[in-house]
Amino acid sequence: MKKDIMICGVGGQGTVLASKIIAASAMDEGNAVHSAETIGMAQRGGPVTSHVRIGEDAFSPLIPIGGADLLIAFEPSEAVRNLKYLKKDGFVIVNRVPVKPTSLAGGEGYDGKAEIDFLTASCNCLVVDSDALCAPFGSSKFFNVAVLGAAAGSGRLGVAESTVRGEILRIVPERFHEKNLAAFAAGVKIGENGHADQ
Amino acid sequence: MSKQYVMGNGAIALGALSAGVNLVSGYPGTPSSEIIETVAKYPHEGTYVEWSVNEKAAMEVAAAAAYAGARAMVTMKQVGLNVASDPLMSLAYVGVKGGMVVVAADDPGPISSQTEQDTRRFAEFARIPVFDPSSPEEAFEMVRDAFDYSEKYRTPVILRPTTRVDHAYASIDAPDSFSARAYEGFVKDSKKWVIFPRLSFMNHAMIEKRNIEIGEELSSYRFNTVSGSSQKAVIATGVSYAYAGEFLKEHPDVRLIKVGTPYPLPERFLLKALEGVSEVLCFEELSPYIEESLLKLIGKHHLSIDVYGKLTGDVPHSGENDTDSARRIISRFLGLETAENSIGLSGAPNPPARPPVLCAGCPHRASFYAVKRAMKGKKAFFCGDIGCYTLGNAMPLDMVDTCLCMGAGVTMAQGFNHTEPDAVAFSFIGDSTFFASGITGVVNAVYNAADIIVCVLDNSTTAMTGHQPHPGTGRNLMAAPVDKISIEKLLLAAGVTKVVTVDPLDLDAAIAAVRECAEIRGVKAIIFKSPCVAITKPDKKLRVNSEKCIGCLRCIKEIGCPALSVTDGKAVIDENLCTGCGLCSQLCAVKAIGGDC
Repeated sequence: MKKDIMICGVGGQGTVLASKIIAASAMDEGNAVHSAETIGMAQRGGPVTSHVRIGEDAFSPLIPIGGADLLIAFEPSEAVRNLKYLKKDGFVIVNRVPVKPTSLAGGEGYDGKAEIDFLTASCNCLVVDSDALCAPFGSSKFFNVAVLGAAAGSGRLGVAESTVRGEILRIVPERFHEKNLAAFAAGVKIGENGHADQ
Repeated sequence: MSKQYVMGNGAIALGALSAGVNLVSGYPGTPSSEIIETVAKYPHEGTYVEWSVNEKAAMEVAAAAAYAGARAMVTMKQVGLNVASDPLMSLAYVGVKGGMVVVAADDPGPISSQTEQDTRRFAEFARIPVFDPSSPEEAFEMVRDAFDYSEKYRTPVILRPTTRVDHAYASIDAPDSFSARAYEGFVKDSKKWVIFPRLSFMNHAMIEKRNIEIGEELSSYRFNTVSGSSQKAVIATGVSYAYAGEFLKEHPDVRLIKVGTPYPLPERFLLKALEGVSEVLCFEELSPYIEESLLKLIGKHHLSIDVYGKLTGDVPHSGENDTDSARRIISRFLGLETAENSIGLSGAPNPPARPPVLCAGCPHRASFYAVKRAMKGKKAFFCGDIGCYTLGNAMPLDMVDTCLCMGAGVTMAQGFNHTEPDAVAFSFIGDSTFFASGITGVVNAVYNAADIIVCVLDNSTTAMTGHQPHPGTGRNLMAAPVDKISIEKLLLAAGVTKVVTVDPLDLDAAIAAVRECAEIRGVKAIIFKSPCVAITKPDKKLRVNSEKCIGCLRCIKEIGCPALSVTDGKAVIDENLCTGCGLCSQLCAVKAIGGDC
C-alpha cells in the first residue's frame, strides 16, 4: 500500500498519539512506515503537524505539497493552513470546533465557520464535531481516537478497523481502554455514514 | 532482533547501544534530547548514562571514559557544542583510545534554537570527522560506523543529525537487549594525555596527514552515493538528500550525489561522481559547506564545472529546505516545468497566528507579572534566558528585554547595572539553566559588587526540552533518589545579600518580595518556586461569574493566559485549559473569578 496521511491541529490536542496509532497499525499490516512530528518550542499552543507516510518509496519524512491522500484536521483553521499538502482528489476530515488563538495574538472573532465553508466548497470533506462526539466520554481528549474511528470508518485510512483497535489497546493505558474504544466506535459510525449526525 | 518504530534520536541511541557503548552523557536541548532518554529506557547492562549539568561537563565526562578505552557518546544541540567547544578543541589534539562520538544536532529553521550554525563547520574547525545522516535508518548505521572510525583513527568523531532526522520516525531492526563492551582501562602516559604545546605541535601535523587518509577511506564509504548520469548534477547532504530524492523519483536519470561524510572531504569519491558533469547544484541547509568545499576541489583540480547554491542565490541562506523547495529549486536548475499539484487556495480565509505562549497556569506568568507590578513606573531592565520563560517576552507580559544564550541573563544584568546604575537590573533564569550556567554569573556579581536582582524561576524540572531531571530535583538517570542540591544554599554560599523564596501564585507576597529586594543594595535573589503545570495535576478549575464580571477584561489584558477569552464582552475561562492557578482571580477588581467549575 502507498498512502500519505497528514494530521494537524494545535499543540496539546493529542495529534501525536493519533499519528502513533496510525503508524503502528499500518506496520502491523506489513507496511513500511515513516513519520515526522512537530516537537519543541512550537508545541506550546502553536500549530502542530504529523506526517505519516505508508509505503516503501517514501524518501522524505515530510509529505510533499499536493501529496497527502488524507488530511485529518483537529481544528478548522489548521485544516486550511495545511490544505496545500492535500492531493487534488484527497480527502479531509475536519473538526468544526475552533481553538481560538491566544487573546492578544489577533484573530478576534475567529470561530472557524468561514474555514468550514471554504473546506466543504473546495474539497472532499467530512466535518465532525469534537464537542458532540466526545460529550458522552466527558472530555475532548478522546477526540484523537474518535477521529481515527471516523477515518477508519470512511475507508480512507487504508488500515482495518480491527488493527487500529488492537493498537489502541496496546498504546493507550489500560484504565482508558473502555472510553477510547467507545470513542473509536462512535467515530467509525460517523465515518461509515459519511456525515456527522448533528 | 526485532523491529522498533523509533524516532531518529531513538535510532541513534539504539545504534550506540548496539555498538556496545559504555558511557553516554549529555545535556537536554531540542532536537537532541530523546537520545539520552532512549538510552536510559532500554535495558543496557553495563552502560552508564547521565544528564550532565551542562554540555562542557558532559563532554569531559565522556572524554575520560574514552581515554580509558571505553566507548563513549555525548549528546547536545548545536549551541551546546559552543559550550563544550573548549574541551572538544583540545580533545581533537589529544585524541582518544575508546571510540568517542559527539552527537551535535543542528536545527535548520531555526525551529527551536538561537542560531542556524552548522556543525559541519565545527568539525572542520576542530579537524575531526563528521557524519551527516539523511534518515533515522542511516543515523542508526552511522553512529556505529562513527565508533569504528573513532577507534581506528583515535579521534573524537561528530555525528550531525538535523531536526527532521532527529524527529522523523522509522522502523529499525535492533536487538532486544544490549550489553556494553569490555575495555582495557586507563593506562597512564602523561606524554599522551596531558596537553602541552609540544604535544599540540606534533599532533597538529599528525592530524592534518591523517585527515587526508580518512578522506581517502571515506571515498569508499557506503553512504557517499551517486545515482543517475546527467551532465547537470545535484549534490545534497543530510535530510536535503531525502527531499531531493523525493522529487527526483520522477527523474531517475538526473545525477544525484549524496555526501554522507562532509569532512574530511571524500575527494576521490567526488571527483569520480562529478566525471562528465558541467553544472552542479548544491542543495543543503545552514551554511554553503559542500558548495565551498566543492569550489576548492574544482579549483584544485582545474575542473570546468559551474557550481550553484547558496552563494549564487539559487538556494536560500536561511531556513529549512523541504520537499517543496526541492521541487522548485531543482526544477529551475534543470529547466523543468512543474505543475502545482495541490488544491487551489484562492479565497481561503487566512489562518490566525498562533505564536507559542506560556501554558495556562504556568507559574512563570505569575512571576513575571509580580515583577512587572512591583516595578510599575520605575526604570528597570529585564534580562531573560533560555527556557520556556523566554516566552515571557510576548504581549501583554512583555517582560523579557534581552535573551542571548544560556546563563547570559545573570551577567548581562550586571553589565546594565554598571552602565545604567539608576535602573533596577533583573535577571530571570530557570532552575535547570541556573545549574547549567547561572552559578558562575552569580559569583561574578557578588565578586564585582553588582546591584542586581536574580529571579530564579524554579519549576522543579527542565520543562522546555521535555521535563528532564536536574541537580535540584532529587533524581538522576541512573539512581534515584539522590540528594537535592539547594539553589537557596548555593546562593547564600556565594554571598548573595538576600535570598527570598516565594510562591509566585501568591501574588501579594510575590510583589512584596520584589519591592523589598529592590530597596536593598547588592546582589539579591528571589526564588519563585512553583512546579511546572505540565507535570502536576490541577486540583481545581476556576470560572467567571458572568453576573459579577463587568467586562473590564483586565485579566485578559494583563496576563494573557490562553485559558481566558472574551464572549459577549465578558471574560470566560476554558475549563479544558484552566489549572486553577488563581492568578486571574487575584487581579480581578470585582472578585468575579473563583470557585470550582
